[in-house]
Amino acid sequence: MAVNVKEMMNEKKSNQHLLRILEKVAPVFFLLCAIISVLTTIGIILTLLVETITFFNRVSFVEFITGTEWWPFGENASYGILPLISGTLLITVIAMIVAIPIGLASAIYLSEFAPPKVRKVVKPVLEVLAGIPTIVYGFFALTFVTPMLQIAIDDLPIFNALSPGIVVGIMIIPMIASLSEDAMSSVPNSIREGALAMGSTRLEVALKVIVPAALSGIIASFVLGVSRAIGETMIVSVAAGSTPKLTTDVTESIQTMTGYIVQVTLGDASYGSTTYYSIYAVGMTLFVFTLIMNLLSQYISRRFKEDY
Amino acid sequence: MNLVDKQVVQNKMNKRIISNRIMRQLFFLASVFGIVVLAVLLYRIFSEGLPYLDLSFLTSFASRFPEEAGIKAAIAGSIWLMAVTAPISLILGVGTAIYLEEYAQENKFTRFIRMNISNLAGVPSVVFGLLGLTVFVRLMEMGRSVIAGGLTMSLLILPIIVVSSQEAIRSIPKNQYEASFAMGATKWQTIRRVVLPAAIPGILTGGILALSRAIGETAPLLMIGALSFIAYLPENIWSGFTVLPIQIFNWTGRPQEEFHLVASAGIIVLLVILLLMNSVAILIRNKFSKRY
Repeated sequence: MAVNVKEMMNEKKSNQHLLRILEKVAPVFFLLCAIISVLTTIGIILTLLVETITFFNRVSFVEFITGTEWWPFGENASYGILPLISGTLLITVIAMIVAIPIGLASAIYLSEFAPPKVRKVVKPVLEVLAGIPTIVYGFFALTFVTPMLQIAIDDLPIFNALSPGIVVGIMIIPMIASLSEDAMSSVPNSIREGALAMGSTRLEVALKVIVPAALSGIIASFVLGVSRAIGETMIVSVAAGSTPKLTTDVTESIQTMTGYIVQVTLGDASYGSTTYYSIYAVGMTLFVFTLIMNLLSQYISRRFKEDY
Repeated sequence: MNLVDKQVVQNKMNKRIISNRIMRQLFFLASVFGIVVLAVLLYRIFSEGLPYLDLSFLTSFASRFPEEAGIKAAIAGSIWLMAVTAPISLILGVGTAIYLEEYAQENKFTRFIRMNISNLAGVPSVVFGLLGLTVFVRLMEMGRSVIAGGLTMSLLILPIIVVSSQEAIRSIPKNQYEASFAMGATKWQTIRRVVLPAAIPGILTGGILALSRAIGETAPLLMIGALSFIAYLPENIWSGFTVLPIQIFNWTGRPQEEFHLVASAGIIVLLVILLLMNSVAILIRNKFSKRY
């Protein structure tokens, strides 16, 4: 067999040359990928900032944050964001009233009481609930929860804050349950057994030992839940109506920040109109709200974390 | 000095044991609540939607008449969207994960990227919609097209893919690397021939779950202007399009009761697709995941 050694050596050399280039190019390529995520953040902030500034060139900042009327259409437009914020908070409060007790109770049950068989059924169901698209929850709110509530409450309009609030709460339950359960499961068994050995009941162990020990993780999960509720869009777009109102009456139709943004983009507000720019100002407010909540949640879970 | 009164202790014990029992039942009910909601939701949707779900529903376009309405365009649009989103988000996400796990040094810049990704994961999807509308649709003049929607969706699910890929890469034991280096392999060779093959099941599982989030996402696509009345199929990435959730949203928003039934049928299709995607993810996880 005639083997041309020189040819083989040359081939090897050119291969190595290629390899050396790849060795240099690869990290650069991966760094570029990582930078895209930073660019996304910069893009979001720049987009919101630039268009919001255009908006504030036309509408005074003071009117925006103190005005109690949001009516961005027609001649006598007024841009006071308080009604949108109150609508968002109303939905969030209802959602948390539903999600916190049920989510925390499920977490306690799963972590401290549940036999393995029950865990095996409940955990996947929670995962399935977490994976259901929000538009499906919205449909559920409008066509099932609202009619049910209408039986219980007389004169409840088809669009109201209560129904989407409850459904947003249901949507958040899996998140609070699984994050809180993670926090409680990470409390070491020795602590649990110590408390049991002192003669505590399971309930006392759960409420007086495990929950306090896991409190940072539990609170962080609540705060993340609030952030999710504030940013939730489709459920409120479908079931809460579109009448921004400064109210605490849960039976009234309201509008959230997210609902307003969707309403405007659906309605073809002409590009360049004040209405068009207003969605960026609202989006900026929404972004700031959720960012504060997310940072707060990270801070709580880092700052108050107990190491065992 | 009083000795311990047995009766008092006994009473207290009973109280504690009873409250333990009652609360246990309450906690149990709370965990079952999710199952009840899921059952009611599925029952409602299937009982309403199944009569409308037939072959002609899958093969006709949207219509003004509920009995003729179909989701052909929406299914095609969702598939087109996935075809754009999947490669872009996977390449960017896995690339970022490789950078963070293999190349990045522990410094301020790396910590900044990490923090940035975890914060991006918490940004509401409407805000991504605003980004897509401004940058892709208007600034880059892509119009209300599949590519604009796909890019927006890619950025939306990027954090999920990065985190799951990082976990997949991190679970590979150090001795695999050392064995590869000891054989004379370079860093890139090790990543390509050792790390990626070992991490691919985890990456795919996370990727499919992220894509199933994208396929059910409505708000950002509404904002970049995916239309709900389309009587044609997208021809290329520059075509206008609609997707399943938007079609469902459109039907849900109509006053006529019949359209709500049509929406139920649409939701069944969407849920079946999600179920399929999740089953594939679980299958990959169970079949290929290795324990070292």
